[in-house]
Amino acid sequence: MNKKFDEADLAALRAICGEARVTPRDAIGDDYCHDELGGGFARPDARVVVSSTEEISAVMRYANEHRIPVTVRGSGTGLVGGAVPLCGGILLDTSAMTRILELDEQNMTLTLEPGVLLMDVAKYAEERGYLYPPDPGEKTATIGGNISTNAGGMRAVKYGVTRDYVRALEVVFPDGTVATLGGKVAKNSSGYSLKDLVVGSEGTLAIVAKATLRLLPLPKFKISLLVPFPNLEAAIRTVPLVIRASSVPTAVEFMEREVILAAEQFQGRKFPDNSADAYLMLTFDGASQQEIDLAYEAAAKTCLEAGAIDVFLSDTQERNESIWSARGAFLEAIKASTTEMDECDVVVPRSHVADFVLFSRALQEKHGVRIRSFGHAGDGNLHIYVLRDDLDEETWKAKLAAAFGDLYAKAREFGGQVSGEHGIGFAKKPFLAESLSPEVRTIMRSIKAAFDPNGILNPGKIV
Amino acid sequence: MKILVCIKQVPGTSQVEIDEKTGTLKRDGVPAKMNPFDLYALETAMRIRAAAPGGAEVAVLTMGPPQCEKVVREAFMMGADTGAILSDRAFGGADVLMTSFTLSKGVAKAGPFDVIVCGKQTTDGDTAQVGAELAEWLDIPHVAGVKSIDRVGEDSIDLTVDEPDCTVSERIPYPFLMTVEKGIFEPRLPSYRLKCATADREISWLGLKDLDDNDPKHYGLNGSPTQVKRIFPPENDVKRVTLEGDDKAKAAALADLLDERKFLR
Repeated sequence: MNKKFDEADLAALRAICGEARVTPRDAIGDDYCHDELGGGFARPDARVVVSSTEEISAVMRYANEHRIPVTVRGSGTGLVGGAVPLCGGILLDTSAMTRILELDEQNMTLTLEPGVLLMDVAKYAEERGYLYPPDPGEKTATIGGNISTNAGGMRAVKYGVTRDYVRALEVVFPDGTVATLGGKVAKNSSGYSLKDLVVGSEGTLAIVAKATLRLLPLPKFKISLLVPFPNLEAAIRTVPLVIRASSVPTAVEFMEREVILAAEQFQGRKFPDNSADAYLMLTFDGASQQEIDLAYEAAAKTCLEAGAIDVFLSDTQERNESIWSARGAFLEAIKASTTEMDECDVVVPRSHVADFVLFSRALQEKHGVRIRSFGHAGDGNLHIYVLRDDLDEETWKAKLAAAFGDLYAKAREFGGQVSGEHGIGFAKKPFLAESLSPEVRTIMRSIKAAFDPNGILNPGKIV
Repeated sequence: MKILVCIKQVPGTSQVEIDEKTGTLKRDGVPAKMNPFDLYALETAMRIRAAAPGGAEVAVLTMGPPQCEKVVREAFMMGADTGAILSDRAFGGADVLMTSFTLSKGVAKAGPFDVIVCGKQTTDGDTAQVGAELAEWLDIPHVAGVKSIDRVGEDSIDLTVDEPDCTVSERIPYPFLMTVEKGIFEPRLPSYRLKCATADREISWLGLKDLDDNDPKHYGLNGSPTQVKRIFPPENDVKRVTLEGDDKAKAAALADLLDERKFLR
């Protein structure tokens, strides 16, 4: 049982990190009590802004000895409540650990602290001729948060997800022990991959204090296609054909007219085309103009044969900016169009994407609630938003639960998974529990207990 | 009704080498694109064509080395109907005056036009003078900084111009030339269908011998009264401001900043 957090604890933390970087409960603003969407709200007893592995280690040692819960937090841009300190205790804020420590050009790795923002990682790499491929929409997230959720993003179709680009982690275990997991190696068959377990563990197993990321050479040429279709079904059914027809696109996104109109209104800027009901957005990158020309022409022909109205080309910075900035605003635009919403971030096999999206649409009528979706048609990761609008609390809760129940059940039926990239946190816990067999849940709990026998790290999350 | 859009091929990036001798840009081997401001001019022309009571035709004209054919093809992919290219060694190294003069000779050859639409400026030369000078050579009225097209009529267009401290709405009879603001319309993207459909479309190539004044001294570097002494890429002028103080002071400072930049008006 956790003890009550008191003045002595505050003093101990101040002794470790200094007066200025420890904020007591009463002085902590609401911003630190929730994330971007998860719905949960809880105030920590202390917010501790750490600046080094040693400090994290000292804080953890103290917390472990005194059984104080510790929830790690980066930018707080999560969507499932992962960084919400459900049980109070210490909110361990890594957002000030923003140093990029080493670019190793021989091994093509980048070593950095967990508080570096995703947009700064991308910029740093690109300016030096490298690509850090994971590309989640939320660019102000920290790399630590990306690692904790195994964030995916739009380029996953071709390049994979965060876990594929983490070579090594320096972690602090709950008892304060510091360990390096993995290394600057391209292969590794040396026992259980704890590094891969920590990636995606949402701060429940260990704290990431340093990460070594794998980089690729920056592809110099890029073209995006915006492909209008007469309807959503035609658009999504084309996706597997396109992926098979040419070299793999870096991104395949689908979007509907309503979402584009919402983004136009939200941004006060027109999208280059809004005449069709549904669109696919494809991107190809490569080392030469010829390579991307071949790829996009094959894709364009496939789309037209599959019933596309036209294929629009976006090959300059201005044009890419006009379509991708809208894509980047979809989440915020949908959020702004309603009073409250919740998201289903399931991932299904590519072959079932069309059926799943059509199923989710039909739920609008079945449950009498507005549902919007857009997402990564290429990798099967869908973002389906159920919107509250004017519903009263009770009706909203009931309709949401009913719609979510249907969505997750359908995803299971299709061989899908509960979360493609946002994680489980506490918001999706019941759905994860439903989707796992008792045996698997037991093993997951044992893993948690092996890392964190006292259960102080981010209690109440995942399993 | 005939509409002309003047377009230009510019370097795809700001990392371009300068020819020290002539003070001109070394364009060989540098990735190139259509001047971003011209995309707005093209889109404006398409919208005028769509609104023109008796229908209209959109022509594009560019000047440059043979590889600038690419931007004309791109204009076709955006919906332009015809294209002409002014290309001749004698035109090389032209300053603003000679560029607009040469364009006026091309317009005389390809025209007449009811409306000529130009982008506000180019991203390589940045003078914003070629449009107005072209109108002067052609001796037609011109209006700069157009931010909206309000009505397209049989014999005139109603439009609104962005002035520093006000906007002016006016009715301009044909023929005239306008330069349009960035953002007047969101430019459409090039269409792959149109790319396939216009791949073989003929482009009219105009050299010195095709123009009514074919004295080489009147063109290019030879004819240019101004000389570029130094040319350099613009400095990055993105500034970061950090606001200090408590929340109240920071909020007030932020409000002042937004007000100063006209975001609150």
